[in-house]
Amino acid sequence: METIRPGELADLQLKRLRWTLHQAENVGLYQRKFKEAGVSPDEIRTLDDVEKLPFTYKKELQAGYPFGLFAVPMKEIVRIHTTSGTTGKPTVVGYTRQDLDNWSELIARNMTMIGLGEDDIFQNAVNYGLFTGGLGFHYGAEKIGATVIPSATGNTRRQIEMIEDFGVTAIHCTPSYALHLAEVAESMGKTLDTLKTGIFGAEPWSESMRTELERRLGVKAFDSYGLSEMYGPGVAFECPEHNGLHIWHDCYLTEIIDPKTGERLGPGERGELVITPLVKEGLPLVRYRTGDVTRLMDEECACGRGVKIARLTGRSDDMLVIRGINVFPSQIEHVLRSLPEVGEQFMVYIDRVKHLDEMTIEVEMSRAGFSGELQDLARTQKKIAGELHNTLGLRTAVKLVEPGSLPRFEGKAKRVIDRRGAI
Amino acid sequence: MEKSYIVKQISIFSENRPGRLAAIAGALRDAKINIFAFSIAEADGFGVVRALVDRPEDAHRTLTDLGFRVSFTDVIGVKMRDEPGGLSDIASVLGDAGINIEYAYAYSGKDAAVLILRVDQIEDAVRQLLGHGGELLKTSLSQ
Repeated sequence: METIRPGELADLQLKRLRWTLHQAENVGLYQRKFKEAGVSPDEIRTLDDVEKLPFTYKKELQAGYPFGLFAVPMKEIVRIHTTSGTTGKPTVVGYTRQDLDNWSELIARNMTMIGLGEDDIFQNAVNYGLFTGGLGFHYGAEKIGATVIPSATGNTRRQIEMIEDFGVTAIHCTPSYALHLAEVAESMGKTLDTLKTGIFGAEPWSESMRTELERRLGVKAFDSYGLSEMYGPGVAFECPEHNGLHIWHDCYLTEIIDPKTGERLGPGERGELVITPLVKEGLPLVRYRTGDVTRLMDEECACGRGVKIARLTGRSDDMLVIRGINVFPSQIEHVLRSLPEVGEQFMVYIDRVKHLDEMTIEVEMSRAGFSGELQDLARTQKKIAGELHNTLGLRTAVKLVEPGSLPRFEGKAKRVIDRRGAI
Repeated sequence: MEKSYIVKQISIFSENRPGRLAAIAGALRDAKINIFAFSIAEADGFGVVRALVDRPEDAHRTLTDLGFRVSFTDVIGVKMRDEPGGLSDIASVLGDAGINIEYAYAYSGKDAAVLILRVDQIEDAVRQLLGHGGELLKTSLSQ
């Protein structure tokens, strides 16, 4: 499948696209959207006809909260994950048994591509739970027969002991956590000699970060791309050439568009990645706007696999990635606006402290929020941080400030200041 | 009767950064409001400036108009002997009566030292202190 000939691939994609569209017709949202666009799935006869189909936006997934976009009865859904929504409610994704098989097959394909197999001991140092990165890689790594250590996140010294004691050969984590691991290992005098492969994803990272991670951890570093709406990680992955990510065209139909006009861009042009998944049963999507900016690479890869996408560096929207967790400024606003203690203005600052992201939120006090007692202020501060944690899944530092002390915006408000350099 | 001894303290929310006290004090100066006593309580990045002033309503309005978050807090002011044991006398009366002091600050004036108290049961505190021969500031004194 990885080196399928172009003609055969196109036939397969068209067959699977037509299946996906029929699957999507089980969903009220798509019945409406197809009707509004005046298009019927039966009219899609070539791959280029996909342009006649309407886009799907994240906010539409959210409007269907929780299960409104599932195309199969709940009894066929065997797993739920969630990812951040653009406001208070998360985006819910559901998987059939076949979806889970497809997903672990894709992860297995990626891991095999970079030379991992049953001789490897694999430490999966990402959040397990609702985040797709944990269980996604877990089952994919089991599929290739690797010995999987579900170490999850936290307790860095213990993570390092495990790498040493268990002879871990491959690790999966966020690139910023990898750098933190390297630092702690150095301070402990550990050289992590068995470690050979690092899989880094969930946040964008640079070539200089690659050089640093490879030097300090003694690994080959591979970039991993995915999003929960497309199962999770596994959508695209670097091969040993380390020049762009192979996106799996048999499972994902890709387009690059101008995010402003929605028009399709040619090969090599940078734009927003739009994906129509071709094998998803539980949550089929049509022309999903990922918000990720990349380009389809013209040049063929020396490894013989299909067309690659360039490494992802930016977003076409305002989504932030904080410690691997996706955060929309609108989520923060939604939380703050619902609290009577919070006044009119707020500002969000993002810094990197010892390679880890820290988010500080300054909020102006409202009249209602001030009783005159210091302990009530401390309680307010804690409450705001607690509500943000509930919604974002992220600890933040909340600072209460005087009314009128934060900047006022006449045009488009710029309430988020990202002071992190590139990693 | 107890009510006439309950004094209005103004409490002002302030960020913990240079110039904030100057801004508050400057505003009161411009409004010709006199400060009898004040203290600052600080927490993580912010604080509360507490003050007894001669015209609390005017102070509240002046500061609110300037954008400060201000509120009134009921406190009592009790005169204490400006000599060893003065504070102990008062604290013992309240402690024996099971009244909790949330915070306190003091000033030493011309005729006596005055202890400003924020307590959990303010009317009980007034009764106890008067009953033990204490002398309290009258609300009207600060108007």
